Amino acid sequence: MKHLTALILAGTTAVFATAAAAETNIRVAMQLEPPNLDPTSGAAQAVDSVVYSNIFEGLTRFMSDGSVVPGLAESWEIAADGLTYTFKLRPGVMFHDGTTMDAEDVKFSLDRARAEDSTNAQKALFASIADVTVVDPLTVQLTLSAPNGAMLFNLAWGDAVIVAPESIADIATKPIGTGAFTFTNWVQGDRIEIARNPNYWGTPAAMETATFRFISDPTAAFAAVMAEDVDVFVGFPAPENLPQFEADPRFQVLVGNTEGETILAMNNARAPFDNKLVRQAVAHAIDRQAIIDGAMYGIGTPIGTHFAPHNPDYVDLTGLSNFDPEKSKALLAEAGFADGFTTTLKLPPPSYARRGGEIIAAQLRAVGIQTEIENQEWAQWLETTFKGKDFGLTIVSHTEPMDIGIYANPDYYFGYNNPDLQAMMTTLTSTTDPAARSEMWKQAQTVIAEDFVNAYLFELAVPTVAKAGIEGLWLNQPTAAIDLTGVTWL
Amino acid sequence: MTVPRGLIAGAGLAILFIAGALLSFLWTPYDILTLSIPDRLQPPSAAHWLGTDHLGRDMLSMVMMGARTSIAVALLAVGIGMGLGVPLGLWAAARRGSLLDEVIMRGNDLIFAFPSLVIAILITAVFGAGAMNAIIAIGIFNIPVFARLTRGAALSFWARDFILAARVSGKSPARISVEHILPNIANLMIVQGTIQFSLGILAEAALSYIGLGAQPPMASWGRMLADAQTLVSIAPHVALVPGFAIILLVLGLNLMGDGLRDMLDPRIRVARV
Repeated sequence: MKHLTALILAGTTAVFATAAAAETNIRVAMQLEPPNLDPTSGAAQAVDSVVYSNIFEGLTRFMSDGSVVPGLAESWEIAADGLTYTFKLRPGVMFHDGTTMDAEDVKFSLDRARAEDSTNAQKALFASIADVTVVDPLTVQLTLSAPNGAMLFNLAWGDAVIVAPESIADIATKPIGTGAFTFTNWVQGDRIEIARNPNYWGTPAAMETATFRFISDPTAAFAAVMAEDVDVFVGFPAPENLPQFEADPRFQVLVGNTEGETILAMNNARAPFDNKLVRQAVAHAIDRQAIIDGAMYGIGTPIGTHFAPHNPDYVDLTGLSNFDPEKSKALLAEAGFADGFTTTLKLPPPSYARRGGEIIAAQLRAVGIQTEIENQEWAQWLETTFKGKDFGLTIVSHTEPMDIGIYANPDYYFGYNNPDLQAMMTTLTSTTDPAARSEMWKQAQTVIAEDFVNAYLFELAVPTVAKAGIEGLWLNQPTAAIDLTGVTWL
Repeated sequence: MTVPRGLIAGAGLAILFIAGALLSFLWTPYDILTLSIPDRLQPPSAAHWLGTDHLGRDMLSMVMMGARTSIAVALLAVGIGMGLGVPLGLWAAARRGSLLDEVIMRGNDLIFAFPSLVIAILITAVFGAGAMNAIIAIGIFNIPVFARLTRGAALSFWARDFILAARVSGKSPARISVEHILPNIANLMIVQGTIQFSLGILAEAALSYIGLGAQPPMASWGRMLADAQTLVSIAPHVALVPGFAIILLVLGLNLMGDGLRDMLDPRIRVARV
């Protein structure tokens, strides 16, 4: 009998021990597997999702609400002319390989990112940097060619993280940064594992280990969460399943903002969309709420221009392109298309595009515009639609933060060429006065909305499904990131 | 001669779907091109006999329109297979043992050796997704089925006395093939055609399930299933309706094929007597 009790006791202890151990591990799922783990040379958002803040850090960093706070730079001074930024680095910061992080590494990282042969996906972020000088091991000075009001914001991007020259050769498969987690293992096609960095300069992470899993199929994603095979799913792909998770006490659902303006892009360089009246007609034919309800099951905020609604500088211009099929038909008639016309509608894989596309096709059909839908895979979409510009209409979400600047690029896929807006964007980049910048953001939003460049649908929301009891996850996605540094189990 | 019961049941099911598909040209309960998001995912009711889908479309109308797509694609694909396969088989049989026979039959083996769905995916991936390419992809894989069957059946006739008589009377091999052999193997072709037709329905559903078949707004059972995937636990009918449509039509065609074989195949007929 004694033995039995002892056995039971031992058994119970063992059970409790595993339960307690489980609370410092977390299994995170996301849809896409990153192609590599180097955030400084590629556009894949999945890279940032894994490494941002967890493994790599920059001089400044984003918080979940989109604000920019000090990262590896403790403080900074900006000269009165806006041309010199002096960053004071945090002392005692070490890379995961034991080398110290100092001003030389900052210079190396920024010079590498803005170099002629750099493969950085966001080189524009660094375009205004003329020179990076090391003042002393903990002080680095940036000299700009022209004032850039967004410099601190730019340096918070995943593309601007600080890397070390010693470990740069293997960065794609063996990332070595300064973050609260160290990279431990990557089983390609299955999972990436990271572990707590015991030598972290800041507050150490509560999680001992974290595993990233990749599940792209919505049905499999649902099954994995329901079976509790994963603890967190960031960017859950099937919004229709969210009410079930909400109703289940085992889970919590967080619906946050992203920087993803979802638009019905029109090929401005090609007839009939080179005619503003036609674009306006398309804009008025669209019922945004029906798309949000139908494709996203109600999650998402209607937008009337290419700007995030949670940004303080956002102007609500949805009224400019309100749902008005009669007006749309009148505009089409005025443009010489009284009988409508036929165009192509290219749809990439996400459900906002595939489902939204069917709804938009029906709405356009109601005003006389026939669409030939073609469902495309991402590679095909990037090749023929985005690069090849072979499309009439397409639906895509632009997830980069503050990316209204794309409208100043006449070679961009939707082919909008407006010299006034281009001039405005050039002035904006060199303006540092926050009030003046804010005013110009607003102007630019109004210009593109009044030109009906694209039909602006909604701001993509990011649903995160997590087990109840997990705290500290990012609600919003100001940049693609699954920051686990502050995550704890209750 | 009695008509097998399976044939009646099978033909009944097939006719039901074919009638629904034909009716959809004239009338459907609702217009599937008009979406009504507020009415989505309604369970079956008096207003919507089979409920509504995730975009608020009437499922009965969708099934009717989907039947049209499935039947049209499968029918045309079988048409391609028969139209090319039967003449090739007859030709190979007429020139049996020659180099031509070898070339035709080894070519067929080659097509047979490829996993058909993979090639169908390849074709649609290269030439773009769409009903037409699905027809071609499925059609190509029907060619060797008919060519082989035709050649095998035709060969057995070439050894028969009445063919010998025709040859003696000076008829060309082509004429003998068309006038004497084709009528004798027509039964077999009808039976095989029915079976291939049901396989074509399945192939079309598979292709459109993975997004390579008919594109929206054309309705298609495979795509209805794909759309329903994440909704099974919320509104089971959106998955069950197209699922059962596929099952019932394929079951009907298979029963019909079996029944027809029982009725038309001379060997089985003799055995029964």
